[in-house]
Amino acid sequence: MATPSSPYEEMMKGLWRDNPVFVQVLGMCPMLAVTNTAVNALAMGLATLFVLVGSSFLVSVMRSLIPKQVRISSYIIIIATFVTIIDYSLLAVFPKIHKELGAFIPLITANCLILGRQEAFASRNSVGYAVMDAIGMSVGFLFALLALGSVREILGEGALFGFNLFGPNFEPWIIMILPPGGFLTLGLILLFFNWITEKRKQAQIEYQLAEERAS
Amino acid sequence: MIKRDPDLLLQSAPLLKQKLSIPTAMRDVLLALLPALLAGIWYFGLSALLVVVVTILGAMMTEWAFTPKHQRSMALSDGSALLTGVLLGMTLPPALPLWMAWIGGAVAIGLGKTLWGGLGNNLFNPAIVGRAFLLGTFPIAMTTWHVAAGPDQFFNLYSSTLALPFMQVPPIPQGTLSASGGGIHLVDGMSAATPLGLMKFEQTGTPIFSLMFGNTAGSLGETSGLLLILGGLYLLVRRALEWRIPLAIFLSAGVFTLLLQQIDPLRFPDIYFTLFSGGMLLGAIYMATDPVTSPVTPKGAWIFGIGIGLLIVLIRNFGGLPEGVLYAILLMNAATPLINRYTQPRIFGRSVGRSAK
Repeated sequence: MATPSSPYEEMMKGLWRDNPVFVQVLGMCPMLAVTNTAVNALAMGLATLFVLVGSSFLVSVMRSLIPKQVRISSYIIIIATFVTIIDYSLLAVFPKIHKELGAFIPLITANCLILGRQEAFASRNSVGYAVMDAIGMSVGFLFALLALGSVREILGEGALFGFNLFGPNFEPWIIMILPPGGFLTLGLILLFFNWITEKRKQAQIEYQLAEERAS
Repeated sequence: MIKRDPDLLLQSAPLLKQKLSIPTAMRDVLLALLPALLAGIWYFGLSALLVVVVTILGAMMTEWAFTPKHQRSMALSDGSALLTGVLLGMTLPPALPLWMAWIGGAVAIGLGKTLWGGLGNNLFNPAIVGRAFLLGTFPIAMTTWHVAAGPDQFFNLYSSTLALPFMQVPPIPQGTLSASGGGIHLVDGMSAATPLGLMKFEQTGTPIFSLMFGNTAGSLGETSGLLLILGGLYLLVRRALEWRIPLAIFLSAGVFTLLLQQIDPLRFPDIYFTLFSGGMLLGAIYMATDPVTSPVTPKGAWIFGIGIGLLIVLIRNFGGLPEGVLYAILLMNAATPLINRYTQPRIFGRSVGRSAK
């Protein structure tokens, strides 16, 4: 087990370097299914944040109590508890969004991002680190969901968070609110992300080479 | 001193060289397409010309933007982006807003070619990728067809052509353009169903004469059957055409149609209608034969063509859409690597039973 340098770094790695969507390509099911509008993306991101932080906290607290042989099912039960809470809360407070997200709220239970963090991180680290890691990961996930949802809503409906941007004559890009639009946009965002990473690496190598030459 | 006789020059293999290169191959196809394209502009007027020009611009600008600097002049001068633009433009409805045409050209090259690594590496025909994207994105604009008005209305510009980017049909500035003395009029255009639409939704056929000479509604370059066939013959003479593919498409689509007609002659269209309507000729002769996205072996070409023919008839007669050439070619493009793999010829010197690997 690598010793983490600081809780703050554990949080920051989820935002960019180990971003769950752009780098680990996890959680693709909600990523593609509910990002047709920015509002849905935001709701899904916040729900995931709640579930991930809650279950990371609980798993980390109980990590010495959970027997190794049944750990996965124990994690799932803990995750499902938080999913049930957010499911009923959404139904009570925002029934409209709950209806739009539909089956994808219960399906947060099966989001590999969440289970992955429990198995890979929360079950092996102390509570503080686990919670910071969960916050970082879910904010990174929220960021990715919002990026995808915004692009798709702007092109697919000419609006952002429901506010009309282009006036009544806007010609909607139908493909953007359909699954192919999700795949296309996600692919292009991944491409862009990798391009940036590649550029940084290149710059770093050149910097090192220059330093070597100088010394 | 050895005197060099130019006829006795020693050189390494290959000793027989073909003059075929990418630019000449592209030029041949462009030449073959030209008559049908001009006919389309003749029938659909200035709007059609603008749509094709803007599509080409979209394709060329994207090619330029996504090619590394030192390859730019070469990538543009080989004519492949130009050909993609022309082919895509010919499959678009003549009254398509120009900004959509530009996006189509850009998507065709960006998503259909450069993303895969440029010319020769793409799995799908770029022009068809562009058209599929447009069809999925703007289904209404992409299926609004107009009557072939003919040359006397050449300067009538469809009002939808000049829609502002991201907008639907603009408010017609009544008389502003014609008052400027250019002789260009904005018109709403008379919308009409394509022969395939008529067949699908009203069970009405179209006489073969109209299908041959192009005075029907449809995409701006697909309506002149005769000129498309003539272009194909030119390519055949120049040996720039894998003739097995179109032949296999026509044969399989024809045989399948005849079989269907045996079952129910009223419901299913005639064989001539199947072969000469819609994008059949344009797709079979010029798009399915794209050397990059079709199989390399003769046997593979037959399989590829037969698959396309069957899929076209299936989609047209049993699917929700009136036209199926686009998706048929895309599907078989996807199968091309597999076909190539299974039709590898036996390596010389190895026994028949053993696999070529």
